Amino acid sequence: MGNVLTIILQRLALGFLTLLVVSGVIFVAVNLLPGDFAQSILGQGATPEAVASIRRDLGLDQPMVSRYFTWLGGALQGDFGSSFAQASFANFTGSESGAGSVAQQIAPRFANTMFLAAVSAAIAVPFAIVLGVLAALYRNSIFDRATNIFTLSSISSPEFFLAYVLILFLAVLNPILPAVSNIFADMSFSERLEKTLLPALTLTLVVTAHMMRMTRAAIINLLSSPYIEMARLKGMSPLRVIVRHALPNALAPIINVVAINLAYLITGVVVVEVVFVYPGIGQLFVDSVKFRDIPVVQACCLIFAAAYILLNLTADIMSILSNPRLRHPK
Amino acid sequence: MTQAPDTTPLVKIRDIRIDGRTDETWIPIIKGVNLTLQRGQVLGLIGESGAGKSTLGLAAMGYTRDGVRISGGSVEFDGIDLLTASAAVKRDLLGKRIAYVAQSAAASFNPAHRLIDQHVEGPVQHGIAGRKDSAEDGIALYRKLRLPNPEEIGFRYPHQVSGGQLQRAMTAMAMSCRPDLIIFDEPTTALDVTTQIEVLSAIRDIVAQYNTAAIYITHDLAVVAQMADRIKVLLRGEEVETADTRTMLDAPTQDYTKSLWAVRSFERPAKPAVQTGAVPVVSMQNVDASYGKVPVLHDVSFDIHAGRTVAVVGESGSGKSTAARCITGLLPPTSGQILFDGKVLPADYRKRSKGQLRQVQMIYQMADTALNPRMSIGQIIARPVQFYLGLTGKAKRQRVDALLEQIELDPAEYYNRLTSELSGGQKQRIGIARALAAEPRFIICDEVTSALDQLVAEGILRLLARLQDELSLSYMFITHDLATVRAIADEVVVMKDGRVVEQGPKAEMFSPPHHAYTDLLLSSVPEMDPDWLSNLLAERGVDNIGDAAVNKI
Repeated sequence: MGNVLTIILQRLALGFLTLLVVSGVIFVAVNLLPGDFAQSILGQGATPEAVASIRRDLGLDQPMVSRYFTWLGGALQGDFGSSFAQASFANFTGSESGAGSVAQQIAPRFANTMFLAAVSAAIAVPFAIVLGVLAALYRNSIFDRATNIFTLSSISSPEFFLAYVLILFLAVLNPILPAVSNIFADMSFSERLEKTLLPALTLTLVVTAHMMRMTRAAIINLLSSPYIEMARLKGMSPLRVIVRHALPNALAPIINVVAINLAYLITGVVVVEVVFVYPGIGQLFVDSVKFRDIPVVQACCLIFAAAYILLNLTADIMSILSNPRLRHPK
Repeated sequence: MTQAPDTTPLVKIRDIRIDGRTDETWIPIIKGVNLTLQRGQVLGLIGESGAGKSTLGLAAMGYTRDGVRISGGSVEFDGIDLLTASAAVKRDLLGKRIAYVAQSAAASFNPAHRLIDQHVEGPVQHGIAGRKDSAEDGIALYRKLRLPNPEEIGFRYPHQVSGGQLQRAMTAMAMSCRPDLIIFDEPTTALDVTTQIEVLSAIRDIVAQYNTAAIYITHDLAVVAQMADRIKVLLRGEEVETADTRTMLDAPTQDYTKSLWAVRSFERPAKPAVQTGAVPVVSMQNVDASYGKVPVLHDVSFDIHAGRTVAVVGESGSGKSTAARCITGLLPPTSGQILFDGKVLPADYRKRSKGQLRQVQMIYQMADTALNPRMSIGQIIARPVQFYLGLTGKAKRQRVDALLEQIELDPAEYYNRLTSELSGGQKQRIGIARALAAEPRFIICDEVTSALDQLVAEGILRLLARLQDELSLSYMFITHDLATVRAIADEVVVMKDGRVVEQGPKAEMFSPPHHAYTDLLLSSVPEMDPDWLSNLLAERGVDNIGDAAVNKI
């Protein structure tokens, strides 16, 4: 196991390094966006003096390298700076409550997004894997084809279309679930769940195809292996052959695809959030880009990058652990 | 169920016809074979690869692989027609009354589960025994099969156990439900000779002890002679003949069977001793080598003289191929040096001149993977001709044609073919031509015949011998097959654990006194005498064969 621990530590260090590189890329990219906050808030009639004054207040007149390290230093300590928009409002109202900190602004939104992702994953992952196993078991049958057609058409349709179809059937024609997912901080879990279900179902439809098809392919890929033949020649039932003999050896590719889709659930949900008016991080991100609220944009990007890296890291480690050769060295 | 009287056969296959699918058409693999097996009897099924042995063996279980179908005939197991039986009925028989032991236990054990979990799966799922009882029985079987640490070995994963032990564990697994019939599909082909002998004796004992009937599939006549009561010879999907083992060995009636028996008699005449003071073509001197931090070769020295064949013998992992990699410069030694014609060769092939590279060529074990499948035969051979000799255009074509003639393939017919259109033996000939194209003085033959059938292998050995005489080539012949050594070698180098344990002229090596390890290797090679294994066991005792004996040395 010491072996495995070394690998995990190595991967963690590498992940951190990747995040560092990504932070640089994010910073440069965001700062290369045309226009800036001062101009966008002051509008067309802005005098150069007013623009310069706001830029000075926000520190935008500093050279990029020093701004990057100031930002990075803060981010490492969990301080993502102050939101430009909130900060200027605070200036206007004269309050110093700290409501302008990016962290405070993002935290509840991020929690909402994570909740949505968790609910979607809890539905989509088991659903996709069971479908994949069944499709492999009844490969080339009507069931297999129907599953493939269904999942492929759902992944090929635009998300907003799926969302509206679900709203039509589950909220309008049969009012089972609410069409709008307005969520507040002091809601009970069951209420929250009910409001989240429709977006979660939409996301399930989006991510199932990928995971289900990988499960099916990874299993079928193994069916010609000698140990699968052996299991059949031991008189094991087809279901047992697949679940007990093929699936454990097909885990590595499945885990990787699941991780990519989980990352998508966190980072790629903007459209679904907009359709359901779900107060997640995606909406915040889009608004911030619109206002050139650079600290918020940067923080969101960093969170997305971290989610991707962390999930891929987890997938890597779990695929390694799924290999008995590494878990049980000679 | 009432026990059927002993006169009814356990397996009755009549006029079975099996097709395999290639390129959307069904090609017959088995063309009407009959097979009858009585209870407790062991039937040996022999033939070349492609003869349909495994297909027939699996058909006796009512099973066909993907892309294979049974198109006619009948298969009865204990009165049950397996071809019309439902999948559920067959599943109930498989594992429980008919078991299978595969060629490669390493590939046929599921890498994700412990051995004992796989062992008990059959009994538990078939409702014969509980997990605990079955596991205890498994340990008892491991002990009977003389596996080391029978109490503990089941808790290991397949990759943690050696090939010979896995093969015995698989035999134990096949025995777990005490079946009436076991199909052994080349169970020792992938093993070293010293390991093979252990597995053979274990299988033979346990089959006799439980009076299990067996179909033993192999291409090795000497092995089948030890194991089977009766032998059936197959050739291209048809039966050649069937007889009792002794009758078959003493008096085969068919020409094909006689030719199989005769293969082992090829032996080239001995060459005169090398003059003292002659400079060897290749000389390894005190070579140490390692893969990363793992040392593989320790102080290896041997010479190869002009026009001679040095056979390097040893089991897998003994460092034979590593020595070859050092000579070619693919693996620079950590110490020691390699001399060519008395001059030191740079250790790394990248530092060698074209002339030096040209002198050392290789022929590989798997001709399938050593030849580029996208290139025509002409292109494959022309490449070294152009690279080393600088020939182009017509001269190149002429040289390639000449080479094809040397390996006894018609240039007009083969020049434009792809390797996928050739048989295994023909592919190996292309490998030889490619090595010859560089006009080397020294060729390393790495297990060049071990993937081939005996008749084909003999053809390759004769070709290599002829080329050696004509071109005065030197060979380093890496092999684990002592019959091959006997056929072609002038001198023998025996390796074990990265060291040379003994070396000398062939005649000396094959006559006593031997180094203990050489002795073990020689004595482990099965002979055609059906009493050979019994005699050897009586002479040496079970503890002095196989791994146990190796560990004592």
